[in-house]
This record gives sequence, structure tokens and C-alpha cells, in this order.
Amino acid sequence: MTATLEVRNLQTHFFTRAGVVKAVNDVSFSVNRGQILGLVGESGSGKSVTGFSIIGLVDPPGRIVGGSILYQGRDLAKLSEREMRDLRGNRIAMIFQDPMMTLNPVLRIDTQMIEAVQAHARVSRADARTRSRDALGMVGIPSPEERLEAYPHQFSGGMRQRVAIAIALLHNPDLLIADEPTTALDVTIQAQILAEVQKLAADHGTALVWVTHDLSVIAGLADDIAVMYAGRVVEAGKAATVLDTPAHPYTAGLIGSVPSRNQRGSKLRQIPGMTPSLLSLPPGCAFRTRCSRATSVCEQEPPVGEVTPGRTARCFHPLESVAA
Amino acid sequence: MSAPIIELRHVSKRFGPQHDLAARLARNVATRFGRPTPNETVRAVDDVSFAIAKGEVVGLVGESGCGKSTVGRMVAGIMPTTEGQVLFEGQDVNTLSAEKTRAAKLKIQMIFQDPYASLNPRLRVEEIVGEAPSVHGMVPRGQFGSYVDAQLRRAGLDPAFKRRYPHQFSGGQRQRIGIARALAVQPEFLVCDEAVAALDVSIQAQILNLFMDLRQELGLTYLFISHDLGVVEHLSDRVLIMYLGRIVEAAPTEEVFLRPNHPYTQALLAEVPRIEARKRRFTAIKGEIPSPLNPPSGCHFHPRCPHAMPRCSVEVPAFKEVAAGHRSACHLND
Repeated sequence: MTATLEVRNLQTHFFTRAGVVKAVNDVSFSVNRGQILGLVGESGSGKSVTGFSIIGLVDPPGRIVGGSILYQGRDLAKLSEREMRDLRGNRIAMIFQDPMMTLNPVLRIDTQMIEAVQAHARVSRADARTRSRDALGMVGIPSPEERLEAYPHQFSGGMRQRVAIAIALLHNPDLLIADEPTTALDVTIQAQILAEVQKLAADHGTALVWVTHDLSVIAGLADDIAVMYAGRVVEAGKAATVLDTPAHPYTAGLIGSVPSRNQRGSKLRQIPGMTPSLLSLPPGCAFRTRCSRATSVCEQEPPVGEVTPGRTARCFHPLESVAA
Repeated sequence: MSAPIIELRHVSKRFGPQHDLAARLARNVATRFGRPTPNETVRAVDDVSFAIAKGEVVGLVGESGCGKSTVGRMVAGIMPTTEGQVLFEGQDVNTLSAEKTRAAKLKIQMIFQDPYASLNPRLRVEEIVGEAPSVHGMVPRGQFGSYVDAQLRRAGLDPAFKRRYPHQFSGGQRQRIGIARALAVQPEFLVCDEAVAALDVSIQAQILNLFMDLRQELGLTYLFISHDLGVVEHLSDRVLIMYLGRIVEAAPTEEVFLRPNHPYTQALLAEVPRIEARKRRFTAIKGEIPSPLNPPSGCHFHPRCPHAMPRCSVEVPAFKEVAAGHRSACHLND
């Protein structure tokens, strides 16, 4: 079976006046049908840019400079803008952190949804409207018929995110990229959205790339995890393996920083220092200045190694299979 | 338990539009013709009472719009109450003399969520941190520089950076500047309003550790406002749960997480994503959080509650003790 999405050695760089920012530097992963991949990282790790690269929304001065993005065997990085438009919003969709990035504030929901349907399907306006209504119902919006006539500002934050998800689902995409879609939402609303997304992956076989900084969400949602740091995937594997027995010191540090993992009231196991600027990365492993296991060999670029079957880490001194 | 450092007694806060003469006339006329204009007053906080003992860390948890930040602001004395009393060390802050009020307010400092918005971008770090102590005459002129250095060092910042502006710092460092500023006036009580919500996990851990160190070192009392149950569980001795302007449950931290009483607390705890949980089915409390402009009658949670009875939509449940130190507002306890 070919993977729905296979990213190979992707490199997206931003050519700024201050220098070249290697936001995504040699990133590889794949997602199969109906699977959920959690792309985890902190701010500036390149996780969002990876998502934007897949759907072809990297704006200048950013550019994909290397690697390939194979969607059902076709390389998205080599498609023309016209071919990409046919796929985007149709076979590949994206949900953003802020639903107002998807919604136009001055148009009614029905106008926007019908436009989205007719952009990729030759159907009548009435049919497009029916399809929009059904999509709203599917993501759990009460009385969808009336809500179609509302404007985005008449919805709450959680409802807006549902509308954005409904629009992304209009054409039953094969691949959905979600960029922190629940970060701004309340806990109970977040759980509702996560439930919808799980159902989607299970029922329609949609492959999902879930970009987030929140390990707790990923723990409950994802099949696979790729952890990013300073533009690189530092560890990847099955969600349970990576979270239970992290191999890369950064993954271990990240997991240790989550309060619920620690004894109440005890000191959190913090990672010292801060994320380095991508403009002035140290040579070798980007994490070595914050890493307790670093030695002089870390000044070389660490290779990607298979630590345990199916799980890789980019580290010279991976942690042995000890529980975190 | 020692005497409370802060106590709120039946505190309410309402926000409503200020109508001018024309608007009032128009509303009167509309009402006379049988078209009353809808209620525009938000009961952000509705009859909230609690006390915090010296040295305690109390977590205040709730979702957006539940009034938790408004409570924090009233505790910090930067927002007046509509009804009720705020007592600082047993004295009503509104009846104190101007001088004593000022002294009381200095003892309570606030740390805000957004370190980008709460620091003046045009001031240097030394001015941000040093302004309040010099205004209040807390440091002699000659020692000003070393005083600011000490504050910065305590918050984990290098004093060498004190001539810099806020935009030259990262989010975590800015939060440290906010902490240094709050500590500079030697407070006893810190109100932290979502103080770590905007930070990355690894930075969040550093700031939480700093809060715990400061508690040890300075004997601080905290009101820790957050929507993040994991953070609150880790830090607090006691937890208050708010829903639409009311406190629905209050108990020692372990008690809340082991034996949540209120259906809202139970639902909230069930929904918290936990890193220990693997590949689970998310289920959800049905419905949206209602608008505080028009809250449901009786128990505010009844439209979303799986155990709602007819009584719940009529009668506001009393907030009473269900176990030692554990109070909850639910009719199921009768």
C-alpha cells in the first residue's frame, strides 16, 4: 500500500535579509490512510511551516528548496500552481489555528460554503447548499439550515472552528492538515472537536497530520508521532513507544516538562536554556547546548538512527529503553 | 489554618452599558409600547465567597467567560466590586484610609497572561522593574541599581540585560520581567492570571519551577488562575472550580482530582487530555458554554448536565460541604 502522504527530505528555507532561515531542514515522514500523525514541536521548530509546505502555502521569502512531498505517489512540490489549486481544498485540506483565517468575515456562511463546493464540483447551487448543510450537521452544529445564513461573527470560537472543519471536509479529502486547531479552544469544546476528527479518520479513511505543541492532545489522538526541534525531526515512531520510552533527550525533556507527569508539588524536570534562533544554529546537533548527554561528538551532525524497530532518533547518545 | 490573607464575601461583578439620556428615553418608550429591550448586563461574577490562608496556593479553574479573570482582578484590587466585600488581612479594602489602601494594594501583585501586552514597550527593563519601588520610596537612591539587579536575578534574568527593551526578549524571559516587576514591591500575595498559558512547554516548566522556588524563599501566597488542570493540579494546595460566574466546587487538590463531586468538574476532568492516556476515544460534554448575558435559570450547568432534574432548572443549588473542606453546589447531594 502506498502511503497517502510521504514527505522525503523536505527542506523549506526563508531567504531573509538577515540570512537564510532553515525552517524545515531535511524532514521525512509518512502517513497512511485513516492514520493520524502528530507533528509535535515548540514555537519555531518548523512544524507549521512543514504543514504549509505540504499544502503549497509557503509565501516568499520562503521556498521549498529540496526534497519531495509525495501525495499518493505524485510530488506536490513539482506541481504547477494550477494543478495544486485542483487538489487544495479538494483532496487535501487544511484547518488553521484561527478559524477566521479560513472564514471571510463579511460573507455569510452559505455563500462561502457554496463557493467552496462549486470550486471543485460541477453541481447546482441548490445541491451545493444541501451539501454544505449536511457538512455543518456532520460536525455537530445544531440547526444547520438556519446557521447557514449566519455570519462568522455570530458564532462562538468553537462553532467557528467547526465551520472551518466542515469547509475542509466538503470534498471528503484524503489528507487533512490541522495546524493547532484546538489550541485556542476551551477543554470541553476541544474534546468535542477531537471526537469529530477521530470519527472522520475512522469513517472516511482520511489521513491526518495534526500539528501541535500539546503532547497531551497527541497522546490521546495520534497513531504516530514526529517530534521536531529547530527544523528537524529529532525523533519519530509509534505514539505509545515515543511517549513511554523517548529516545531523544529533547523528547524526554519535553515529556518531563508536562506537569501531570510529575509528582505534585515537586520540581518539574525542566530543559535548561531556550530554543535557539534558526539564524544562528550551532554546528552539529542543534539541541546539544541544552542537552545533559552532549559530548564533543555532538558537534558533528547526528545521523538518523533506528533506535528500536520502527522508531528513529537523530542523536549520538539516545536514551536506552528506560521508562521516562 | 492561619488567618486568611484574602477573603471575598458575597462578591459580585456586573458589567453593563452606560446609557446616555437618549438611550434611556428610547428604552423607556420601547418598554411602554410593549417591546422591552433585552437585558444587556453581564453578571461576570455572581455571589462568590472564598478565603485564602497565608502561604496557601489556590488554583482557580474555569473555561473562558466563567469570570475567573474578573475574580483575579478584584482580588488584586485593580477592579472595583459591584457588590460584596474584599478583605485583606481581615480589613475591608474599601473602608481603609487612602494610605492603608495603597499599602494593601502593594502587598497584592498581579502577573498577566500576555507578557507581550503587559510590559510597556518604550521602557527599558530597569525602568519597568524599578519604577514602582522608586515611586513608593521603597529604595534609597544610591541603592537603586543594585536593588533592580537583585530583583532581576531572583526572577532568573541576567542583570546585564537591564538596559534592553522588552521586544529584545523571548516570551519566557518577558514573563520573568513581569515576575521581577511584581516582586520588586515586596508583595505577599501574587495573582497569576494564566501566567504560563502563552509559553512553550519547556519554558512553562521553568516558570512553574520559579513560582515554586519563590514560594519557598519568600513565603508567598498565590491565587493561580488557569484553564489548564494539569498545571493547577501540580501547583495548588486547593482548587476552586468556576462555571458561568459562580464557584461550583472547592476542595483540596487531591480531593478534587480523586473525588470530583460536581458534574461539571467530573466532565472537565474526563475531558482533560492527559499524556498518560493513549489513543483513546474522545467523548464530549454536549452543548456550548452559554452566554453569561443570558445564563440558564437555576443551576447554570443544567442544560449540559447528564444528571439534570426538573429542580435544577428552577432552584440555584446551595454551595455546601460534602466532605471535610470539600464544598460543591449540586442538588444531587441532597
